[in-house]
Amino acid sequence: MKRFIERHTFWSIVILLAVSVFLWMIFAVWPEWLIEAIGRKKTFVNTFLNGLTLAGLYFLVASGFTLVFGLMRNVNLAHGSMYLLGAYIGYEVADTTGSWFFGLAVSFVAIALCGLLMQVLVFRRMEGDDLRQTLVTIGISIIAADLMLAIWTGTTYQFEAPDWLFGATTLPIISVIKNPETTIYIKYPIYRLAVLLVAVAVGIGLWLFLNRTKIGMMVRAGVDDREMLSALGINVQLVFAVVFAIGAGLAGFAGVVGGTALSIAPGEDVRYLLASLVVVIVGGLGSVSGAAIGAVLVGLAEQFGLAYFPTYGVVLTFLIMVFVLAVRPQGIMGRE
Amino acid sequence: MDSRRLFSGKVTLSDIHPVILLVALFLVIYPVISSDFFTYQIGAYSLILGTIALSLMMLAGYGGMVSLAQLTVAGLAGYTMAILGHNSVEVMGLGWPWWLTVFASILCGALFSTFVGAISVRTEGIYTIMITLAISVAFFYFVRQNYVLFNGFTGYAGVKPPTVFGVYWRDPVPFYYLTLAISAGFLGAVVYGARSNFGLSLQAIRDNPKRMSALGYNVTMHRVAAYFLSGIVAATAGVLLVWFNGRISPGSVGVDVAIDILVIAVVGGLRHPIGPFLGAIAFVLLENFAIDLIDRERFNTVIGIAFLLIVLWSPDGLLGLWNRVRPKLRSRKTAVLIPADVEKESTRSA
Repeated sequence: MKRFIERHTFWSIVILLAVSVFLWMIFAVWPEWLIEAIGRKKTFVNTFLNGLTLAGLYFLVASGFTLVFGLMRNVNLAHGSMYLLGAYIGYEVADTTGSWFFGLAVSFVAIALCGLLMQVLVFRRMEGDDLRQTLVTIGISIIAADLMLAIWTGTTYQFEAPDWLFGATTLPIISVIKNPETTIYIKYPIYRLAVLLVAVAVGIGLWLFLNRTKIGMMVRAGVDDREMLSALGINVQLVFAVVFAIGAGLAGFAGVVGGTALSIAPGEDVRYLLASLVVVIVGGLGSVSGAAIGAVLVGLAEQFGLAYFPTYGVVLTFLIMVFVLAVRPQGIMGRE
Repeated sequence: MDSRRLFSGKVTLSDIHPVILLVALFLVIYPVISSDFFTYQIGAYSLILGTIALSLMMLAGYGGMVSLAQLTVAGLAGYTMAILGHNSVEVMGLGWPWWLTVFASILCGALFSTFVGAISVRTEGIYTIMITLAISVAFFYFVRQNYVLFNGFTGYAGVKPPTVFGVYWRDPVPFYYLTLAISAGFLGAVVYGARSNFGLSLQAIRDNPKRMSALGYNVTMHRVAAYFLSGIVAATAGVLLVWFNGRISPGSVGVDVAIDILVIAVVGGLRHPIGPFLGAIAFVLLENFAIDLIDRERFNTVIGIAFLLIVLWSPDGLLGLWNRVRPKLRSRKTAVLIPADVEKESTRSA
């Protein structure tokens, strides 16, 4: 952090200014001219929170994607299918047992097993052949999408979150002060805040796992130099399998969390695949912190685009990607 | 085949393999011996898909850049046709003359392809796939949301080829010959271009960009130029495709279709320009007749499994299968020619 400020003083000042303007816009009571310029504060804050929640979801999906790539150089284009499959499995389990949390757990485990199976049956057989791995995962995602359509049809499903996560809560952010004395605060769905919280928790968990555990140490060493790690007598294949399982499991986990916040339908797999692609391209392939930064940028861009210039929302996301590629082809946190 | 004679610029009839002549003859008389359905829905459609896949093969086979945005380039050209020319929807349709519309559409597509190249060229390998996939998905969502220019979810309908020289080019037989001429032209151009200076340096860049850069070649410009050329091929095929369908909508530029193009190119084989056309024929036949074997709804599963099998067992596609079988056939032939005692001699010395 200190090194970054020393090396990029100008950019640090720009980032600091942008963040403080943002914070002011969220916490201050807006003056009249600002409301006239960009509309009500409620829209702005809600869009901001929606963007953050979406970023949380994107992070859950993309962190697995980037983890798998960073360690094994495997681009798993079936990652979006895993998200959707996780959502469907979670829905089925939650529907029959009546427990949302059980559905979440089962979906994590089931998709982790799927990932394990893919790692053992597909990726291990064609190590180092990037293009073939990519093509095979594309093939798998075509078949998976079609079979899921056959089983669950084109209907849109909607989860029921547990009761205590239902409803809205009042945030300590003033929306508007009406004369003379009434102050209106902003309300926001609890579940979405919970999604954000879960994403942050998973992020911290991943950080601890990578930086404070022995397996994490092996993973980081593997990212740097795979051959050396195996020369040290560590079972690299086992590390790969564990990481792949965790990465895939996170996609399934995100499927349930996202399926509850939004909905489950065919086509969502492509949406989340695109999201994870853009997130990791922007953030830098193989970096979990990069995935977090990328997810926040993409999530906010998407929601602000949707709220303020509806038909060009996608273009905004795309422009971020183009800009990052032009300035820093390896991504924000990526390495050369 | 003697390669030196080809480089000297003199190509005689005897240089051409008789099989090629037979295939060409078959393609020319094909409409005569088949029904309208086979001429239009199978013949012309395979040629169009093959041409789009050819533009992918150019980039992937010679440049080592697998771009999933080729269908997007074709789609943009198709949309430009509807926007600048005539359509039956009450949106846009500026009514430009057909030759200008075609020219502008192809140029538009080629420039877009150049833009895609400029974005993705600084990255390599899987990054290219990811970036071009992201571009094609973004384009799909953009045309679906944008009603001003792209007419959103419905897209455009009623885009027709013109009547020139008293021939209505949408009729199956003329349309078939049009696509045949264009795709054969591009196929020839690619085969020729691969042996040109540009084609050879592009292949050298694919094999070792650092060395080529050290030799003084501008690696980035070669790659971007390759994107431009492949953009021309893809955009022309896009114009044909919109004439073929008569309509274009976000569904025509969806990710599934973009991946179909990749499937076609890979299944056919990325080593030789004829591969994409073989892949396209296999794909279109499967698409039309898989219905007899299994449920129409599960077509994608069949395609996916076929693709998976090809990728797993024959990375070079159908061409690779042929190349693997050919030496076996040949060795069987030559085995007869070798006298038994010579064979003994060679085993003894070994």
